[in-house]
Amino acid sequence: MSYLNSQDIHKLRNRILSISGEDVSKCIQCGKCTAGCPISPEMDLQPNQVLRLIQINDEDALLRCSTIWICASCQTCSVRCPEEIDIAKIMDSLRKLALEAKIPVGEEKVVKFDEIFLDSIRKRGRVHELELVMKYNLALRQPFKDAHLGPVMFTRGKLGILGHKIKEVGKIKEIFKNSRRIKQME
Amino acid sequence: MQVGYYPGCSLESSAREFDLSIRAVFEKMEISLREIPDWNCCGASPAHYLNEELAMALPYRNLVKAEEAGLDRVISPCPACYSHLKHTHEEVIKDSGLGDRLRTIVGKEYQGRTVSKHLLDFIKEDIGLDRLKSSMKSTLNGLKVASYYGCLTRLPGVDIDDKENPILMDDIIGALGGEPLDWSYKTECCGASLSVSRTEIALRLVKAILEAAKVRGAECIAVVCPLCQSNLDTRQGDINKKFRTSYIVPILYLSQLIGLTQKLGFTQLGLNRLIISPNEILLQKGIIEK
Repeated sequence: MSYLNSQDIHKLRNRILSISGEDVSKCIQCGKCTAGCPISPEMDLQPNQVLRLIQINDEDALLRCSTIWICASCQTCSVRCPEEIDIAKIMDSLRKLALEAKIPVGEEKVVKFDEIFLDSIRKRGRVHELELVMKYNLALRQPFKDAHLGPVMFTRGKLGILGHKIKEVGKIKEIFKNSRRIKQME
Repeated sequence: MQVGYYPGCSLESSAREFDLSIRAVFEKMEISLREIPDWNCCGASPAHYLNEELAMALPYRNLVKAEEAGLDRVISPCPACYSHLKHTHEEVIKDSGLGDRLRTIVGKEYQGRTVSKHLLDFIKEDIGLDRLKSSMKSTLNGLKVASYYGCLTRLPGVDIDDKENPILMDDIIGALGGEPLDWSYKTECCGASLSVSRTEIALRLVKAILEAAKVRGAECIAVVCPLCQSNLDTRQGDINKKFRTSYIVPILYLSQLIGLTQKLGFTQLGLNRLIISPNEILLQKGIIEK
């Protein structure tokens, strides 16, 4: 329990406060966030546990968990919290800290999807859905995942084969180059 | 009436019928839609998760483009696109430091003049139910519709309805002569992009939504989100296989339901593009003829 003896037990709480404006000290551990969370059965840390671990400064457990990556950002927890803590926003902040710390993420599949998605935007200015799913399945070495949906979606005209590319695609590349992963707080 | 339009990437492919039906229905009501010139993807959740500045810079460029084209109101049918435009607009108005930073990233300045609308509040407030009704040639004949909103009402920047018990879509369906059902899964999560990355989670969530609608006697589910539609429609086969169920619930876009009352054609509204065909129930209720 070394984290309990650390010099500043509020270190993580303060860091979260500074990047999200949300104060986990207000959490009373009522468990409402967890009770309403649609993804909680698949989470390795429940939402109320996430808040508790921030309170006791256990950064290591938090940045390695899969919870922060499979949170669907549906915002149910944030809407229901009696202390009005925006828990979904805290999940966002933890993801940022995990990426910043460059530690292996607890949910590689989700991050891979996000990376391929952004790559599609960078190259075209828009997302090409068919290319996105195919590239994703190839990257995960599961080329035939959901292949059964291909023909039916194709005949329904739901798969754009070529995809669109915007005129100012160079502008989009510039925007990507100029953007920082974590907004600098003043 | 002319209004700006930001269809977003899904409406160009998997949700083509959402785009087709909106355009057809608006034309019927003599509202002309003008696309934001050369619009780009809003960044959706991946930008939000991986790159905070990018998540605002991408919508910022769209706001600049809309403003340059003189579009004072822009409709975004996709909840994610809508939330990103509206949220970015609000943050820039609130925080001039952020505005300066985004201006530097994008290389152009947004003056803050573009008002974002979703389809639901645009129909209810800007068009109004009376004008909607006057465009109708028939009704939904009491079709039992479960309105499904997903996370729309809770997304950042969105403040159009009650977050947990929204009624905008129910009101519109009532005006169309349908029977909006009272059910408790209106805002449950569909799993969003977990449908691709962690499919088993999405299957569990979608099954619960279908079951709740079925218990209430829903003859179809109405949606206003490309991702909700895709997860609920496309995954029914997988769900039936995995859980040995037999769901056959048509998932229609609200705009398709509106178009049916305006007597627009089945293919014109893209109803032929849905995976679970609504043909049978629409015939049975006398909403379409053979």
